[in-house]
Amino acid sequence: MKLLTHNMLTSKCMKAVTVGYPLGINASDVRVSEVDFNPDFIAKIIPKVDWAVLWNAAESIGQLEGLPKDIVENYENDHDFLKKAHHVLLEVDIINGELICPETGRKFPISNGIPNLLLNEDEV
Amino acid sequence: EHIEFRFAEMESLVSLLNVDMKHVGEPDSTAPYWIVEFASESDLKRLVSRSVSVRSCIELWAHAKDMGSLHQKLQNFPKHLMEPYFQPNLSFKIEVETFCRHITQKEKINKLESFSYLPVQGPVRLKDPNVCLQYIEYYGTRANDPPELPYDVFFGRWVASGLRQLIRKLSLKTRKFIGNTSMDPQLSLLMANQAKVKNGDLVLDPFVGSGSLLVAAAEFGGFVFGSDIDYLMLHARTRPSRIKQKERDADESIKANMKQYNLEHKYLDVLINDFASPFWRDCVEFDSIITDPPYGIREATERVGTSKENYTVSEKHLSTHIPAKIEYGISNIYNDLLTFSVKHLRLGGRLVCWFPVFREDYQESGLPSHPCLKLVANSEQVLTKITSRRLLTFEKIRHPSVTELHLNESQITDFREKYFVAREETRKERRMREARIRKENWMKAKQEGND
Repeated sequence: MKLLTHNMLTSKCMKAVTVGYPLGINASDVRVSEVDFNPDFIAKIIPKVDWAVLWNAAESIGQLEGLPKDIVENYENDHDFLKKAHHVLLEVDIINGELICPETGRKFPISNGIPNLLLNEDEV
Repeated sequence: EHIEFRFAEMESLVSLLNVDMKHVGEPDSTAPYWIVEFASESDLKRLVSRSVSVRSCIELWAHAKDMGSLHQKLQNFPKHLMEPYFQPNLSFKIEVETFCRHITQKEKINKLESFSYLPVQGPVRLKDPNVCLQYIEYYGTRANDPPELPYDVFFGRWVASGLRQLIRKLSLKTRKFIGNTSMDPQLSLLMANQAKVKNGDLVLDPFVGSGSLLVAAAEFGGFVFGSDIDYLMLHARTRPSRIKQKERDADESIKANMKQYNLEHKYLDVLINDFASPFWRDCVEFDSIITDPPYGIREATERVGTSKENYTVSEKHLSTHIPAKIEYGISNIYNDLLTFSVKHLRLGGRLVCWFPVFREDYQESGLPSHPCLKLVANSEQVLTKITSRRLLTFEKIRHPSVTELHLNESQITDFREKYFVAREETRKERRMREARIRKENWMKAKQEGND
């Protein structure tokens, strides 16, 4: 599971949850691979991402690689910044681990890169 | 094949690519060809090369009802328009095509030679020539009973071809990971065109299965997400769909499919997620949602839930508990799908999905609908004598109000209800008929015994 995806998920649909964002991460296996750099796509995605959540998520699994804590001004033309954002958003993949609901502590396993977000019957 | 879909696809592409295409005369919906005008050759190439419905496009130099008149027209065709293609350094080829009628090689050569008056200077080259000219005879659409002479004849210069090669390349026969309901490449690409997928788009399939629609969206530049309630399917541990395959390979997956076609850079993620309880943040917006929801026939329509009252999962079972599923009715699925789309599509974004119908009952008012979605296309694919499915394309025309996120479209026709009732009746009728025949035979035998 990529950090871009993590940034977009919430456990709010659970019965006892009000906000459910962001989900905590426990990562046992992380794979970093090279993904084609598409600066236009990254520039388009950045405003849609919660940057603080992204930064914290990357830091919690030791994959920051110099990512700035704040979005720089005029980021659309900052090649270096876009490259660092690209790395954190798309090149880091959590293969095995868990996502954790911040309000109930419920754990959602990730195996083979795929998170299992199925709720139990008493949670819907 | 898929005739109904042509107009819809062309409309979507013309809009996506900002191409001006005008029909010359009234377009005939039964004929396999259209005569159209473009503003430029580059517009033509951009449109045709993205199309599933178009096989090829020629620059029409002459069109007539018979060969004699065609030659006359061609000889009067302005020379300066032909000259650029007849330079001595350009190789060429002339193809003879007869639509819906078979002719012998000898007849083909005769027809070919009748064009020898053309001022061609370059060498003939049968494979990959610089210029390809085509002579086409149209014998109607009934291949079993073609007329003696063609209805129409055409001559022109080939300019561009549609996506046939890509369709072959993506064939399910050679795909790494398929399931029982994998969508074929032709329809998948068509759906991606209906959704107007372009470079950099975010695309979601919330009933992703084996990911065929994601492959198509990625081919057109989309970055793709998928989700599905079926754990075994996403982890490629279901029984293999191929007759000869005993076990699935260890590395089958949706991601592997995308890797097969060099599209893994467009793969974002897939999630095991019950669509009835989606995990997407409220602010998440997709450019398009392309999907084939379960109809409840070949795959289950289910959601997490239980009919037991006050059901809780005990702490010690929590980590290995597999949640029970209950029925997720078709009208609920489509209601949820439309509400989800209205919430999570960007303005102007599209939802493209199939909807199953009983043909004799079909009414447009029984289709799923939402005030924030405009139905821009609706094409039928016949499945059996009594059933078909419709490819629906919705476009989000405005953001929903809070009440509009909780609408209940109760008039959506439920396909699954009638499907199983219909089958049940015919089974019962069959049993009654068989019982009646058995009784008649027994009576007959008894009578013969008495004689």
